[in-house]
Amino acid sequence: MTPARLDATFAALADPTRRAILARLVSGERSVLELAEPFAMSQPAISKHLKVLERAGLVSRGRDAQRRPCRLEARPLAEATRWLEKYRELWERRFRHLDVLLEEMKTKTTARERTKTRRK
Amino acid sequence: MNPAGTFKVTAQGEREIVMARTFDAPRALVFEAFTRPELVKRWLLGPPGWSMPVCEIDLRVGGRYRYVWRKDKDGTLMGMGGIYREIDAPSRIVSTEEFDEAWYPGEAVGTLELVERGGKTTVTQTVVYESRAARDGVLKSDMERGVAASYDRLAEVLASQPAR
Repeated sequence: MTPARLDATFAALADPTRRAILARLVSGERSVLELAEPFAMSQPAISKHLKVLERAGLVSRGRDAQRRPCRLEARPLAEATRWLEKYRELWERRFRHLDVLLEEMKTKTTARERTKTRRK
Repeated sequence: MNPAGTFKVTAQGEREIVMARTFDAPRALVFEAFTRPELVKRWLLGPPGWSMPVCEIDLRVGGRYRYVWRKDKDGTLMGMGGIYREIDAPSRIVSTEEFDEAWYPGEAVGTLELVERGGKTTVTQTVVYESRAARDGVLKSDMERGVAASYDRLAEVLASQPAR
């Protein structure tokens, strides 16, 4: 796993059509023709997206010369997910502490306001 | 404790990471918690087992900030800092983010946005990384092990990236 590949994975995932293609491949192999069906897009346009996904290692193509079925490759996505997960864990912990701090600040602010009101 | 709830992290484009979280507090308080060193120190923690001995903030355009975390077990330091490019209190801050070489090199630009609605504040942080170098350090430690994910998990990832 190289950072360059992680970049390629995130770049490939940045496009809604490509995400939709991946989502369809979750349930199993599909030919380009089958993949193109639900999209208002020509087969060459879909093929272009598939090439990006292939380069990112997210999709592989079968050897069957006629059909060349597309298959989802789990590993790069798992790596991208893991990277995000790690980041998320750190920030989730920070934000839990921030929740506590904000509660404390709110209590203090309310107490200060009460004192002010009493002084008036 | 946290009725405000869900925290979202998404990768956007090649180098952007977007985080959004809602806090059950007015914006002015959240802004303070993000910009006053004695408050920042209370929550901007490192990984478990790390403390934050240095937190300096010079909150003005062109001013610097500097954060240092310390692994208490062996004294390893991890520092970062940057320069404020835009400050629009209490709703927006744009700053550069640069980690010391020990973690990852390269500068990133972060935008912090605070929006208040009904006494709750939604904080959105967008960080644009200097691509490869920035992700390198993180990858080195964890990616080599390799992970196999189930297709369920994949579907979840895809679902969390809604088409726009």
